[in-house]
Amino acid sequence: MEILMAFIIGILFMSATYLMLSKSLLRIIIGTGLLSHGAHLLLLTMGGLKRGAAPLLGEHAPSYTDPLPQALILTAIVISFGVTAFFLVLAYRTYQELGTDNMDRLRGNEGND
Amino acid sequence: MSLLHLAIISPFLLAILVPFAYKLFRQIHTGWFILPLPILLFSYFISYLSITSNQQSVTKSFSWIPTLGIDFTAKVDGLGLLFALLITGIGSLVVFYSIYYLDKNKEKLNTFYVYLLLFMGAMLGVVLSDNLLVLYTFWEFTSFSSFLLIGYWYHREKSRYGAQKSMIITVFGGLSMLAGIILLYIMTGTFSITEIIAQSDEIFANPLFVPALLCILLGAFTKSAQFPFHIWLPDAMEAPTPVSAYLHSATMVKAGIYLVARMSPVFAEHSLWLWLVAGFGIVTLFWGSFSAVKQTDLKSILAFSTVSQLGMIMSLLGIGAAALHFETVKDSYFTVATTAAVFHLINHATFKGSLFMVAGIVDHETGTRDIRKLGGLMNFMPITFTLAIIGTFAMAGLPPFNGFLSKEMFFTGMVRVLDMDIFNLDTWGILFPVIAWVASVFTFIYSMVLVFRTFTGKFQPEKLEKKPHEAPIGMLISPIVLASLVIIIGFFPNIISNTLISPAQAAIMPPAEGYLYDTHIYFWHGFTPELFMTLGVITLGILLFATLPKWRSVYGLFPKKLTLNRFYDGGLEIAQRGSMNFTKIYMNGSIRNYLIYIFTFFIVILGFALFAKDAFTFDASNISTIHFFEVLLALVIAVGSITILFAKSRLTSIILLGAVGYTVALFFVIFRAPDLALTQLVIETISVSLFLLCFYHLPKKRNEERMTFKMVNAVISVGVGAIVTLIALSAHSNKLFGSISQYYVENTYEKAAGKNMVNVILVDFRGFDTMFEIAVLGIAALGIFSMIKLRMGGGKKNENK
Repeated sequence: MEILMAFIIGILFMSATYLMLSKSLLRIIIGTGLLSHGAHLLLLTMGGLKRGAAPLLGEHAPSYTDPLPQALILTAIVISFGVTAFFLVLAYRTYQELGTDNMDRLRGNEGND
Repeated sequence: MSLLHLAIISPFLLAILVPFAYKLFRQIHTGWFILPLPILLFSYFISYLSITSNQQSVTKSFSWIPTLGIDFTAKVDGLGLLFALLITGIGSLVVFYSIYYLDKNKEKLNTFYVYLLLFMGAMLGVVLSDNLLVLYTFWEFTSFSSFLLIGYWYHREKSRYGAQKSMIITVFGGLSMLAGIILLYIMTGTFSITEIIAQSDEIFANPLFVPALLCILLGAFTKSAQFPFHIWLPDAMEAPTPVSAYLHSATMVKAGIYLVARMSPVFAEHSLWLWLVAGFGIVTLFWGSFSAVKQTDLKSILAFSTVSQLGMIMSLLGIGAAALHFETVKDSYFTVATTAAVFHLINHATFKGSLFMVAGIVDHETGTRDIRKLGGLMNFMPITFTLAIIGTFAMAGLPPFNGFLSKEMFFTGMVRVLDMDIFNLDTWGILFPVIAWVASVFTFIYSMVLVFRTFTGKFQPEKLEKKPHEAPIGMLISPIVLASLVIIIGFFPNIISNTLISPAQAAIMPPAEGYLYDTHIYFWHGFTPELFMTLGVITLGILLFATLPKWRSVYGLFPKKLTLNRFYDGGLEIAQRGSMNFTKIYMNGSIRNYLIYIFTFFIVILGFALFAKDAFTFDASNISTIHFFEVLLALVIAVGSITILFAKSRLTSIILLGAVGYTVALFFVIFRAPDLALTQLVIETISVSLFLLCFYHLPKKRNEERMTFKMVNAVISVGVGAIVTLIALSAHSNKLFGSISQYYVENTYEKAAGKNMVNVILVDFRGFDTMFEIAVLGIAALGIFSMIKLRMGGGKKNENK
């Protein structure tokens, strides 16, 4: 399963990179979304998969999955959400003010850089 | 802190008070407040003569940064004292001269004297420091104050150009010297010159010896305007004339000479030192005197003449080094060159200082320094003319002035080069006396040009801005003192031989135990080769001077494109334009470009680390099982994320992103992470709605289109994906030690009273993370709020539409 996950994560990273290299601002943000999914799955996979019950003591299981990566991922999800939300509103305001979402046109012009 | 230290830093202290004196006593020329200090210092340093005459020295130490071995150690020996007397003596005369030269109503005297005092203190520090880092500090202070003084009339473009040029060249050399100092420290473990000299025999074989030698020499050559670094000196003539007289003839340009002399006991045993110092010196001597003849500006002639004379002193120091290289110092065969160097150093300071002051007087009283406009001033300025005759004849090396004596000794030194049996001297060594002789002929010619084109010939009153008349007496006193010194030393050279020259020589070439240098300078050597060389110089010089207009065109033959100044200016421009073009190429403002650099670097560095270092391992023993359902979910993620790339409409992309997010939540369910699944579901929902909000506000007019395929992007993204996969596989196969999670499993209930391990970790074991994560959310919320609410700059909305 870990090998399959490694390839899935690779595909997520690949798509994310390709989107981030595009010139539409919205696609770049979609790319960052995919990138954070990839990173979260990578964290989980590296902690080892399916090593026991869910990390709830009420289960009374002989072994539990590692709770630490899950806590780390939970933190990461919330932070990436905060950043993505900020970024989206930034993009929204950019459309409003500048009227474009094309990164080539957002480069600044001569005398203004 | 001793009196000696106080003497060195007293100019700095006085510099603080200058602006007050200037503001409070506007009626009195500020220079009068400055004048007592150099005179006082001069008399103070005179008192050391009794010690150094016996070739002894005085050392006073003052702790500055003891942990780094940096102490402000002042050492007065023959060489240091000679320079200190030159600095304070000529300093007094220059300050006196400047009082009459600079107008107290037109010039900003406060800045002038502050800069001059800074320079004086820095120069005293250079020549009296025994600690190399302290010496370097003062050394850069001289570059810095010289920069300020050259740019004194900063509204003139040429002043700024000259100041910048001298700054770049001398600081370049200064930094190289710092490198040399550090290399010396690495070899010897001390910054003290005295201790380094004591270890000079051991470091001789050290591989860092030659680099240190080259670095130190580069510093000395740039400061002392040796070929090809002499180009800053003629441009430094934009400074006020007292500054040119003080810095650019008598003191600062001799800092390099001082450094070479001071470091001779360390390096002179190496033949490289001998050849570099002598070789660069002799080339500079020739080039300076050759170039001086074609100049038409009085100060330019003097500048090139300074370059040439500095080259002469430098070459003499180089040949004097042969004494340490070949033989014991007792034999005075080669040390005569060192004697000549020290002697000429004094002579040059006297006559060149007075000549600059004469040039300043001519400029001041006629309004021009161009010799094509000048002529026939003899009748108007008899005293200035006399001073000029004395100075130039001493410079040309004519009896009975002091220049004659040092030139004779110079020839002696050069002739003795022929006896060095190294480097196949049958062929190369002969170049030394020949070049020296030719250079002396040119020296003779420009000296004659200087005095006779200015003071004799046809008077051209229509070309002059003012009606010429004799300078005020105050302006004449300083050059008169210097010219008298020229004559006194010329007639009675031995009054300084054992008080000044021998002690200085003892510092440059430390003699064997118990040996004292005993210098005697004679007017009459008998019929030696030197005498005939001088006679030849005078004969040929007079002939060439008389026929100068006929052969002057020879200077036109030299192509203008090949001058060193063109190389310097071109080099600066190329560096500037090149770096600008380079920056424009890679900093083009496109985020995509920067991301490409970042991702490429990421791929290259990690790929290199994985494969070149053999870090990739693959081990399938420790993996968990796969179910059909999981493969299905994996396929959904893979297909979903790849389809986003080909989606035409952005709405499809957003929905596909949502699909990927929910699948990730399902993965969390499968991998037994209920809290994660919950959070992921909620957050994905909110994110997608935010994306839709964004989509809704897109500019409507543009048709939606697919991403255009770019090969570079594809290669880079496949590379990134592959690297991440490889690292994931490699990392998973390389578990070095187990997890620490057993502790959490055991203690979640025992110690923290909870059953949900993830939640207990979040709020109890690792609660700090959560606190700051809350802060992140709070900041994001505030940021979003202020972005939407705050509209600076009023109504200028959608300018680009």
